[in-house]
Amino acid sequence: MTNENLIQYLYGIADNSLILGQRLGELCGHGPTLETDIALTNISLDLFGQVRSYFQYLAELSKDDLTEDDLAFLRKEREYKNLLLVEQPNTDFAYIIVRQYFFDVFHYMLLEKLQDSKNVNLQGIAKKSIKEVAYHQRFSGDWLLRLGDGTEESKQKVQQAVSDLWVFTDELFHVTKDDEAVIKAGHGVDVRLLKDDYYAKITNQLKQATLEVPETKYFQKGGKQGIHSEHMGYILADMQFMQRAYPDMKW
Amino acid sequence: MENQEKMNKEKLKSMEAIFEAKIANDEKIEPKDWMPEKYRKTHIRQISQHAHSEIVGMLPEGNWITRAPSLRRKVALLAKVQDEAGHGLYLYSACETLGISREEMYDQLHSGKAKYSSIFNYPTLTWADMGAIGWLVDGAAIINQVPLCNTSFGPYARAMVRVCKEESFHQRQGYEIMMTLCNGTQEQKDMAQDALNRWWWPSLMMFGPTDDESTHTEQSMKWKLKRKTNDELRQQFIDQTVPQADILGLTVPDLDLRFNNDTGHYDFGKIDWDEFWQVVKGHGRCNKERISARKNAWDNGKWVRDAAVAYAEKQSDKEEVKKAV
Ligand SMILES: [Fe+2]
Ligand SMILES: [Fe+2]
Ligand SMILES: [Fe+2]
Repeated sequence: MTNENLIQYLYGIADNSLILGQRLGELCGHGPTLETDIALTNISLDLFGQVRSYFQYLAELSKDDLTEDDLAFLRKEREYKNLLLVEQPNTDFAYIIVRQYFFDVFHYMLLEKLQDSKNVNLQGIAKKSIKEVAYHQRFSGDWLLRLGDGTEESKQKVQQAVSDLWVFTDELFHVTKDDEAVIKAGHGVDVRLLKDDYYAKITNQLKQATLEVPETKYFQKGGKQGIHSEHMGYILADMQFMQRAYPDMKW
Repeated sequence: MENQEKMNKEKLKSMEAIFEAKIANDEKIEPKDWMPEKYRKTHIRQISQHAHSEIVGMLPEGNWITRAPSLRRKVALLAKVQDEAGHGLYLYSACETLGISREEMYDQLHSGKAKYSSIFNYPTLTWADMGAIGWLVDGAAIINQVPLCNTSFGPYARAMVRVCKEESFHQRQGYEIMMTLCNGTQEQKDMAQDALNRWWWPSLMMFGPTDDESTHTEQSMKWKLKRKTNDELRQQFIDQTVPQADILGLTVPDLDLRFNNDTGHYDFGKIDWDEFWQVVKGHGRCNKERISARKNAWDNGKWVRDAAVAYAEKQSDKEEVKKAV
């Protein structure tokens, strides 16, 4: 395992929290109730907290004199390695919940295994983050039930979101060359081994929510290679605005 | 019949006497206590207006969350806006104890019947506005609100104790953003100065009209909804804030501003009350956007709230079936 392998592996994890945190940050003040607003902001805050832990460690690993903010704000689109799932827009509350739930279940399983990493830094971050993610998963899972088994309208909306976002779930279990090396060294988690449990778990939850499990065999991929959706450019334009417009300043 | 009426009158008199005595003795009025209708109405108006200000106030700062310039600032801003949501929540809950529902309060906000602080009808145009709002707007809010920690209505007083603690944290955080800008490049200093120029006068207006123009102050003083007049509070704010601007190296945009050695206070220029009334009456830069953002959030959220209610009903039905079996 090279240093570069580890760096790329870390981006693959941290960028998910970064981009999902950013998406949730768009919602602040616009939620269906004050309580959900507060809860989604909490999740966003947790995710950014995790990003900072990963990026501070990444900054240590990188040879150049980089800061967490250089990593967050000054990479090119292709250098972000987040999953396509987390960059999907806040179409409505159903999409927000389904995107969150599909990610949270995966995130929890990943962190569970990452606690056993040979890398003490990753171990530490995983141990701290998993408590937060347990709460995220409960929040999104509960809302999935409410929306699925709520009214006709909510059922139809959440079913639509499930069908549309399902195509992004397969990518959660893709492994890059860099990942492969890090897994082999015992630092990373082989996400391929989580796949069956993941689908069993979300299928069960969807059934409990009286929703249909999509049957499509066609999935989308590319985020892990830095080939994103059309949404990504706009996310970055917003996120990087200050750093691009006013370079090399302290804030 | 006549007897009955007499008894009711006497009872009312004694309840009034108990209420007045409590107010006089600095005791708290609690939701279960008897209170005059006017007291209830005035409190509903003021507390709901305060709650609305907290949640409308989330919007101008929320506008910069996705564009915050560093991770540290982004997290701090998210947390701040979330605190404001929390303030809204305590205040709505305090208001609900007076017998009004949250839905009713929202309806009043959306229809324009209920007001909220006019300051939030100004646009946030640069990152420096996040500093200026924390420093000036939260700063002015603290001066308005600290006296309310001792107000007569228990739930409001207790909510204010929590709120004020967080507002002073916001104020320091805002000032620190300004300080960082003022220690930065020329472009950053200019950004900070520009923000002060735009937020100074609207912040002074946050204390309301001058004393000779403001209504029902006497009653409010008695109920401890107010302890100092608008002009006194405004003066306190100016006296406190001008030296802070000096430390930043920024110029307060008021040519008439100077320290008066005789009074020990700053003299200041004339406030543009036409602008104040324009914004209060709904014609500020962002009145329409703010209300429509709140209304959209509420309207688009209806199906979500309905789903939650329907789900909860189904669950309790299931529980009952279980119990029956
Ligand atoms: Fe406030
Ligand atoms: Fe507040
Ligand atoms: Fe505040």
